[in-house]
Amino acid sequence: MKVNMVSAINNALDLAMAEKEEVVLLGEDIGKDGGVFRATDGLQAKYGEGRVMDTPLAESVILGASIGMAMSGLHPVPEIQFAGFMLMGFGQLANHAARYRSRTRSKFEVPMVVRTPISGGVRTLEHHSDSPEALYSHLGGLTVVIPATPYDAKGLMIKALHMRDPVIFLEPTKLYRLFKQEIPDEMYEVEIGKANLVKEGNDLTIVTYGTMLSVVNEVVEKKNLSADVLDLRTINPLDEKSILDSVKKTGKVLIVHEAPLGFGPGAEIAARIAEKAIFELDAPIMRVGSNSFPYPFPGYENYYIPNALKVSKAVDKLLST
Amino acid sequence: MILPIWYGAFLIKRVFQGAVDNIQILDENGDIDASLFPSGLDDKKILEMYRYMSFARALDAKCLSLQRQGRAVTYAPLIGEEATQVGSAMAMRAGDLFVPNFRQHAVYLVRGLPLEIMFLYWRGFEEGAAIPKEVGGFPYIVPVSSQMPHAAGIAFAQKYNKKDVAVLAYVGDGGTSEGDFYEALNFAGVFKLPMVAIIENNQWAISVPRSKQSAAETLAQKGFAAGIRCVQVDGNDVIAVYKVISEAIANAKDGPTLIECVTYRMSMHTTADDPTKYRDPAEVEIWKARDPIDRVRKYLSKKALWSLELEKAMGEEQLKIIDEAVAKAEAFKPDPKSMFENVYGYMPQVLQDELDDSVANNFWQG
Repeated sequence: MKVNMVSAINNALDLAMAEKEEVVLLGEDIGKDGGVFRATDGLQAKYGEGRVMDTPLAESVILGASIGMAMSGLHPVPEIQFAGFMLMGFGQLANHAARYRSRTRSKFEVPMVVRTPISGGVRTLEHHSDSPEALYSHLGGLTVVIPATPYDAKGLMIKALHMRDPVIFLEPTKLYRLFKQEIPDEMYEVEIGKANLVKEGNDLTIVTYGTMLSVVNEVVEKKNLSADVLDLRTINPLDEKSILDSVKKTGKVLIVHEAPLGFGPGAEIAARIAEKAIFELDAPIMRVGSNSFPYPFPGYENYYIPNALKVSKAVDKLLST
Repeated sequence: MILPIWYGAFLIKRVFQGAVDNIQILDENGDIDASLFPSGLDDKKILEMYRYMSFARALDAKCLSLQRQGRAVTYAPLIGEEATQVGSAMAMRAGDLFVPNFRQHAVYLVRGLPLEIMFLYWRGFEEGAAIPKEVGGFPYIVPVSSQMPHAAGIAFAQKYNKKDVAVLAYVGDGGTSEGDFYEALNFAGVFKLPMVAIIENNQWAISVPRSKQSAAETLAQKGFAAGIRCVQVDGNDVIAVYKVISEAIANAKDGPTLIECVTYRMSMHTTADDPTKYRDPAEVEIWKARDPIDRVRKYLSKKALWSLELEKAMGEEQLKIIDEAVAKAEAFKPDPKSMFENVYGYMPQVLQDELDDSVANNFWQG
């Protein structure tokens, strides 16, 4: 089937619900309305109100109750309407989802997939466009995933629903309907914790994910670069090996993400490259990200999110050193 | 149009009216209100309650003493709250579940948690939070009230699987001020979940008294905002607690109940706290007269079911069990590898590298 990302996610949830009675969906407006982005469209009609629940408008209990369900044999998929609102339930994720396994030496497990839309570029109101992957990755204990294609979205979601861990599944709103892709009708898994080498080349490595993958691809094509383009797909745990293998081959690396630069995922990636491969580099590690302040109102977002020009200039600088 | 003032009286409809009952059965003199005495309770069971309450107090004293000797980490004493905990735990049916905060040691005791596991928690090891499934309980939760949403989810799963299981969730008076408390009650109300929310109102949230926690006359009435049944009970009366919780459990298949158990924290918040800094000792004296264990002993003595000899034998037996459990817990050897091996259900390479580094360099020897 040829589908966009939001349909791919819907299809993955559908298949997982058909496969296991334990999979339940809960969140705000996810039932009849099918979610504000329609990711759960039609699933309540198919599986009933007992498995696809519109909850009261309360993020902490959506996440906290999901933790309780997960510890009691279910595999809940809570949807938080926007990542900005997930902070109201941050305590549940940080204090409990992230550490219930370790604090009980695996006696209790929290298998659940927390879905929430992230990133900007679609002119939404404030608090609807954040890129909070570093917040959730820093905690440890949470697996943090960001798909960049419909194929990966479906495969990562199915994989996440086959795991026994809490997975933070971050869905870039801009990619929901940006393009369609041919994907298998049936179930398949995309490995979590494994980056995807999207393009291969010799002159530089570009490490990216989410909304920035298409920006990077555009620059690589336009400039006819010979570059390794790595789509991380999983932010935590990081696929350090794939990054180091590529960097050792090319000797130059640029990290591109939409999240703000300061204390962002790029800092973690750069530090690991510096520790383990600095003598294989022939240029400083470079990063491109949004500016180091909170996401602006939509009228200013195009000045904030990294664009092809910003990536292109960084590539020029990197290749000239 | 200007209406006469009385006109309003015809338009105003009262759309909600609520009242909270307070239940007491066993008074401070050990006398019973026979009209309220719960069916299914007999003197044999009251004796058992007495033994558990005494056991809990002995256990509490031991934990306190271990902490003072540097053999336990910070500990939260339960003294004064035995009736609330033992009465509710004994009301549970075999398959029922419970979600504690950090003070329900007596609930674990009644539900048969091996005491060495409890001691491991208070000695600072995660192995002490690995509650065996047969106990039917979840581990201690420290962030106040954050366990309430879990309880709602656990109750949801019981209902989803069509199991007649009630989930008891414990929270303190301070915890009722948290958003999670209300969110969980509201969620449980909407989905009619088999949850029994128990406010263990011990009058103090560290140094903040009940009067500064809420302007509401009772904490039980907070249930009205969530559309669920609510009742207040003398939390130092083990028989009343047993009755009220038993009824809530029996009703759980139709939806949640909120129960405020009015009790008293006779001691400190935790071993890191000094209540003399903020609490009038005269208040403690008032509550000593309402002691939950004394009144059961009075009841049993009046019926000639208890004696000094029995008391002495019980104390010795309980201390022996406690000491054996302490010895087991103190023999425990932590394995630092277990920290790494239980973060995820899989082992990420980056974590394996950190583990290998620690092992290869003997970092744990220092």
